[in-house]
Amino acid sequence: MGKEGVIYRVAGPVVTAVGISPRMYDVILVGKEQLMGEVIKIVGDKTVIQVYEDTSGVRPGEKVVDTGQPLVAELGPGLLGSVYDGIQRPLPVLMEKMGDFIERGVTAPGLDHNLKWPFTPVVKQGDKVTEGQIIGTVPERAITHKVMVPPGINGTVDMIKAGEFTVDEIVAVIDGKEVRMMQKWAVRRGRPFAKKTAPDEPLITGQRVCDTLFPLTKGGTAAIPGGFGTGKTVTQQQLAKWSDAEIVVYIGCGERGNEMTEVLTSFPELKDPRSGKPLMNRTVLIANTSNMPVAAREASVYTGMTIAEYFRDMGLNVSLMADSTSRWAEAMREISSRLEEMPGEEGYPAYLSARLSEFYERAGSVVALSGTPGSISVVGAVSPPGGDLSEPVTQNTLRIVRVFWALDTKLRERRHFPAINWLTSYSLYSGQLDGWYKKNVAEDFPEMRNWAIGLLQKEAELQEIVQLVGSDALPDEQKLTLEITRMIREIFLQQNAYHPVDTYSPMSRQYTYLKLINRFASHAAKAVENEVSVEAIANMDLRNRLAKSKFEDNIEDILKDIADTMDKEFEALGGK
Amino acid sequence: MTSKEYRSITQIAGPLVFVEKTEPVGYNELAVVTLPDGSERMGQVLDSSDDIVVIQMFEGTSGIPRTAGARFLGETMKMPVSKDMLGRILSGSGKPLDGGPAIVPEDRLEIGGAAINPWARDNPSEFIQTGISTIDGMNTLVRGQKLPIFSASGLPHNEIALQIARQAKVLGGSEDFAVVFAAMGITNEEAQYFMRDFERTGALKRAVVFLNLADDPAIERIITPKLALTTAEYLAFTLDMHVLVILTDLTNYCEALRQIGAAREEVPGRRGYPGYMYTDLAGIYERAGRIKEKKGSITQIPILSMPGEDITHPIPDLTGYITEGQIVAKRELLRAGIYPPIDVGSSLSRLMNEGIGKGRTREDHKAVSDQCYAAYAEGRDLRGLVAIVGKEALSDRDRNFLEFADEFEKRIVQQGRDEDRTIEGTLDLMWELLGSLDERQLTRIDRKYIEIYHPKYRKKD
Repeated sequence: MGKEGVIYRVAGPVVTAVGISPRMYDVILVGKEQLMGEVIKIVGDKTVIQVYEDTSGVRPGEKVVDTGQPLVAELGPGLLGSVYDGIQRPLPVLMEKMGDFIERGVTAPGLDHNLKWPFTPVVKQGDKVTEGQIIGTVPERAITHKVMVPPGINGTVDMIKAGEFTVDEIVAVIDGKEVRMMQKWAVRRGRPFAKKTAPDEPLITGQRVCDTLFPLTKGGTAAIPGGFGTGKTVTQQQLAKWSDAEIVVYIGCGERGNEMTEVLTSFPELKDPRSGKPLMNRTVLIANTSNMPVAAREASVYTGMTIAEYFRDMGLNVSLMADSTSRWAEAMREISSRLEEMPGEEGYPAYLSARLSEFYERAGSVVALSGTPGSISVVGAVSPPGGDLSEPVTQNTLRIVRVFWALDTKLRERRHFPAINWLTSYSLYSGQLDGWYKKNVAEDFPEMRNWAIGLLQKEAELQEIVQLVGSDALPDEQKLTLEITRMIREIFLQQNAYHPVDTYSPMSRQYTYLKLINRFASHAAKAVENEVSVEAIANMDLRNRLAKSKFEDNIEDILKDIADTMDKEFEALGGK
Repeated sequence: MTSKEYRSITQIAGPLVFVEKTEPVGYNELAVVTLPDGSERMGQVLDSSDDIVVIQMFEGTSGIPRTAGARFLGETMKMPVSKDMLGRILSGSGKPLDGGPAIVPEDRLEIGGAAINPWARDNPSEFIQTGISTIDGMNTLVRGQKLPIFSASGLPHNEIALQIARQAKVLGGSEDFAVVFAAMGITNEEAQYFMRDFERTGALKRAVVFLNLADDPAIERIITPKLALTTAEYLAFTLDMHVLVILTDLTNYCEALRQIGAAREEVPGRRGYPGYMYTDLAGIYERAGRIKEKKGSITQIPILSMPGEDITHPIPDLTGYITEGQIVAKRELLRAGIYPPIDVGSSLSRLMNEGIGKGRTREDHKAVSDQCYAAYAEGRDLRGLVAIVGKEALSDRDRNFLEFADEFEKRIVQQGRDEDRTIEGTLDLMWELLGSLDERQLTRIDRKYIEIYHPKYRKKD
């Protein structure tokens, strides 16, 4: 048994080889073209390999080479702004090497090995350092990239130097071991950290329904399930664009090519609302579209997660979007069925649930080995077949995640976007975040939120009655409730992702809207008591102005004006 | 290349032939099985090992005995392509059906088709005017998009597809345009209908037609769309043409996929369809788009009939997850005498926002379309209520919306089979209907557009 063996069988992306004795998940180069693959099963002297590329034309008898190491990601300066496929090959480099279509047998390193980066040490010779500790910095796009001691190395700094280096060059020697700016890490293993902490700060996304009604924390997990066309991708992209994380890792896992193009063209043009710099500067994109090899799709979420963990270890808040985890699960199913494994539910492998929880557990807010806090928030899109939420991927995901943004086909059909259903969605974080909201937004913010949720719940009950007897049969007070919830839905919950003003709503503005609608509601209730008709209230110019204000450039002035004139306009309605 | 003929067939099952003790054979390579009468059948290697090779026969296995011989061609399937293919009618496996000469290839291309590097893709944003209001106004098609028609037996999806093929144009453009038409398992009569229309309108000379009819081998259907798309890619990205690909009917394609899966004794997924159907369909649909610095484009309109009009059936469901929206035809509308019976509520074009607005269609397009959607949805909801409580119980506001929904179907959805509406015409028509609503209800439209386009303000000038 040696480093080289031969192919025994080829069946699609699954290749069986003999003559090598690798470890599980080690990378094997397959065939004349040296296609990359990973060991997924060992039976006697036969090694089963999943190949990341198309295997057409590969024959039994061709050579295989055991690289002796698992699939690794290259971590270091140069990650930001990159666009990778599922196994961290940079797509622009692939295009240079093989043209517009992705051919096979081409490898490319994840980082540019020729580029020089200015390295400034923050420790000096003779210092004692431990694994994960920061030893130097490199300015990179939106952040100060921190160079850390690779896991497993502890001891005295024998040598460290400042200057311009490539990621391959030695910048320090610690305990006799050479340290470079680049680390390699096996993607299927989580990177170590000191300890996990409870997340207590919201991830502000600028999306009203998310931030106010169903908030996610920095370090939290959320799932967005929804049938096709309900807006999973738009929601994911909105979060990727506007969430207040320092780093965004966006994994396009088995999705549409044209959608990735949209991300690729819009992100460099969009500005981060906080730093004013292009969004691409804080983003790492992984694009493994649906027609790219399925094995690479399976690996893509791990590649993305490893990159996210690397930035977390520097003490940054990272948000990771996976669109869509269902395609990842399907890739597992496809490979499992080629291995002729006994299927679990709906043909998915029995380990589906274990893999999903392992993945989401890599999220969280932690104290990194360097002692600084960092976090990874994960938002996974789920694409349930037929929009049926009882299917295995959705169900197994819901058992793990703590925020559930349920997208709804009915809302989509009436163009209510984001089509997040306010009755079925939930966030298990809202209670623990109340303190933050009270302190940073307004003392009565949780109260306002609960008022809105309660009223929407009441609306659902009233709608059932309306379906039977018509709205005219309702007493005025209930008609008013419907009018107010219509305002909450149309003004507050609906948000136009494509409108330059409405696409991002800062927390303070979200509160202002909620508060104005609430004030409107109490005025209106008094007016109804004084026998003003609900119709007259619904037709008020004030209401109209409030509804349209969210599309206006001078939105803050208009809101102030509405707040100032509300009392007077209601007085003008008269009544008894 | 002359290759060795093996006489070691051990098993024949469904479309599969098992051959023992061969020299190394590549995965996906072509194989030829020779029958005792000397006739030849083509197939493709599905599984290759030292001991046994499994061949999937394109034209079925009927008549193949164990004594047949098998040869391997040492290469994967390639499609001969050339500019002269325009105007030709070919079989589902690419052989001429029109009595014309064999195609003299300018190139031979792998039919599997490599994935376009997402980095190389260009954002599709050029508006295609189809002349059909429900598409142009409400679910806009752009160049490089894949927009399927979800239909069902008995609905006029073929007529809609043909109307699109006939009328589709880019405003202010007169570039090279071609249609690639691939029929999979459609009846002879349907095929005749398409061919007659192509001939009547002279479209045939700009078209390449692939016909796999209902009585042709089901397995052949697996390669028909790949041949069609390989041709389309050649026309688009080598010859700089704008290609519209019509694929009909994907349901038959998926049935064939299931048939092969069953023959291979694979673990079935939902409703017996193979677990890899998503990836397989993606391999077809994703072959649409634009490439940076290339002039041509591929726009796909696949047609599929939803079994039992069930949009959650695996075929439309998986399709919807890959394509950039869908146009849904509904029987209720057809029953009400409306052509094209397109249900805008469940239809969607994901690339619409890229293709509309100032400089593309008109600045007010998005707002008007959103408003029509909301008003139409509200009006339709009220219909259910009217059935119970009667129109009298509705408020004036509700009655307004109810009328809007009726008018919408009668005037915007309904149009003639040869009626080619301009985008301006469609948008003005939409405004006309919105004009019947109380202006305060137009919450989705910026004030400035109302002042420019609302009929009330227009009449003043």
